[in-house]
Amino acid sequence: MNKQSPKERIRNFKEVALGLSEEEALKEASRCISCKKAKCSMNCPVEIDIPGFINAMKAGKFDRAIKIIKEKNNLPGACGRVCPQENQCEGACILNAKKAPINIGGLERFAADYELKHMPGAESIEHRAWRQKVAVIGSGPAGLTCAGDLAKIGYKVTVFEALHTAGGVLVYGIPEFRLPKEIVKKEVKYLESLGVEIKTNFIVGKTALLKDIFEQGYKAVFIGTGAGLPSFMNMPGENLNRVYSSNELLTRVNLMKAYLFPEYDTPINIGKKVAVIGGGNTAMDSARVSVRLGAEKVYIVYRRTENEMPARKEERENAKEEGVEFCMLTLPVGIIGDEKGFVKSMECVKMELGEPDDSGRRRPVVVKGSEFIMDVDTVIMAIGQSPNPVFLKATPELALDKWSKIITDPKTQAANIKGVYAGGDATEGDDTVIAAMGAGKRGAKAISGYLKNEK
Amino acid sequence: MFNILRNDQIAPGIFKMTINAPLIAAKAKAGQFIMIRIDETGERIPLTIADTDDKNITIVYQVAGVTTYRLTEKKKGESVSDVVGPLGRATDTGKIGTVCCIGGGVGIAELYPVAKAYKNAGNNVIIIIGSRNKELLIFRKELELLGAEMLVVTDDGSSGEKGFVTNALKKIIDSGRKIDIVYAVGPGVMMEAVSNLTKPYGIKTLVSLNTVLVDGTGMCGSCRVQVGDETKFACVDGPEFDGHMVNFKELKTRQGLFIEQEKHACKIRGIIR
Repeated sequence: MNKQSPKERIRNFKEVALGLSEEEALKEASRCISCKKAKCSMNCPVEIDIPGFINAMKAGKFDRAIKIIKEKNNLPGACGRVCPQENQCEGACILNAKKAPINIGGLERFAADYELKHMPGAESIEHRAWRQKVAVIGSGPAGLTCAGDLAKIGYKVTVFEALHTAGGVLVYGIPEFRLPKEIVKKEVKYLESLGVEIKTNFIVGKTALLKDIFEQGYKAVFIGTGAGLPSFMNMPGENLNRVYSSNELLTRVNLMKAYLFPEYDTPINIGKKVAVIGGGNTAMDSARVSVRLGAEKVYIVYRRTENEMPARKEERENAKEEGVEFCMLTLPVGIIGDEKGFVKSMECVKMELGEPDDSGRRRPVVVKGSEFIMDVDTVIMAIGQSPNPVFLKATPELALDKWSKIITDPKTQAANIKGVYAGGDATEGDDTVIAAMGAGKRGAKAISGYLKNEK
Repeated sequence: MFNILRNDQIAPGIFKMTINAPLIAAKAKAGQFIMIRIDETGERIPLTIADTDDKNITIVYQVAGVTTYRLTEKKKGESVSDVVGPLGRATDTGKIGTVCCIGGGVGIAELYPVAKAYKNAGNNVIIIIGSRNKELLIFRKELELLGAEMLVVTDDGSSGEKGFVTNALKKIIDSGRKIDIVYAVGPGVMMEAVSNLTKPYGIKTLVSLNTVLVDGTGMCGSCRVQVGDETKFACVDGPEFDGHMVNFKELKTRQGLFIEQEKHACKIRGIIR
């Protein structure tokens, strides 16, 4: 797929991957051999009929293709861009034997973009009579998917969103250059056309409690409150100025558009030399945002090696192309400040890989006497998040595990309270957009099953 | 959209705005705040809820930067696009005994709901309010109506005793009266001075911190504050903390993170601060 050149793209926040042209899409689709037992579909967390939509594309029926995708996936424009296809559909493609899997993500994106461009407001559902009311808490990938699936079969869904814009991590977390916010806006609009009502500026746990929601006549609740609480390392100097959580950096830049300051009112204060601590996609996003904000040196600081990094290969490559330097086997131990309370440098130690740990990855151990100082003036902590505590603290009746994640039945996403379901980052294991969407789908199915027996 | 019912200047540079927000009004308790965003290009800023009625909330703000300046331009009948809350933990205003409520500057408005709640819970409430001069003494009438003992100080002596809130507090302590809790809200230096004063006497002191926030729901960590050995998030763990444990030096530094950006934004918009 064509991309903006690194030289060009480090100066803007426009989308990096430019998408397939119609010609390219037709050509790519024609390579698909339409396996009878399609492994790609089996490896899609939301079970899209992949050969089905590709066949429609082969015939140039892009409107038919997007219909097939949308039977299963309410957010195709987002998924075509941010799914780790290499581990899912594309990873399972039989053509991997020839090292040439079909670019399924690219095709999905093409179909989604085609619809947004050529058929705005193509679909809307008018139910003659709505079924029961269902509340969804949080408008991220899990919540939106659950809401869309329930609306399609006639449930009256209200999504409660704490922020002023719907989309959750799709709007506050993932940068514009990977997922344009216009796409998210349109996909949310599509859900609204299905009858989903979205209430922004509404924090369940503060503006209303879970019990208030049931009292308002909602018969079931799906919780998709995400992993909003950023983690820090508890090392000295973490509260110095210009130490940010990746959540803060990304929220300021993506949701609040600090990259357009002062046209937009939200500021960001980034120095010249930025260290991003962590090895996931969020770390890559933070590093690439820092590059675009004008940092001269941006380092990814990770305690293992690149082989162990959870970030997608594509994102690692994009980051490197944009000049991000990878400092592997490096563990920060403290941040040093200047007299004004700003970051001056960071103390680190070198690591080496030892025996495999519980995750199967070789455990990094500290090399004795390897302390050194990194010359940086900004530090971004991208070492993970835990579930947002606001709703959970206000809902003590909800059963949580020791990591404060909501305990659910993996088949139905049911929590310990009758009529309450949960999925996505607020629960264990759903750590990607598409996995969260899979959970939203399972939740929707279970909720519809549950409500058939409730009056 | 949230409709504005009034937006009046109540002192030089200080405004009082009432916004229609029935859901927030129904849940708001003393000590809680809202996040407000004026429009699409606006930032999210926190403002303490100074008062509520059935359907509306009242906030009091001092012009300090772009957003507060832009707020002053809003007229009755206009609206702001986003208001969310009530956020933060509410003040624990049970019956304690004698509570000394101290407010400084624009913090006097923030003190009002807390003093009222302490009073309604049957506490013996002593109120101390202070500002630079007479004109800046806001919410004086409202506080007087609570019927509590009230001391007024100004830096220049234009109203009440000349001096700082700490002078008034020290007098009470020196008189031998027993104070169970001191609650202080206002500028960082004031809250720090109050905490330093009460510490040797072992008087429990709560301070309500004003940190930089983005979402206000624990998501970004912008509001990190060191309390004792721990880092707390003012938005979800606070905004009230034990004044004897707060690292005020760090608080002040962190409040200054965006000062250059703010200056720049004010300058290009021609806002005089």
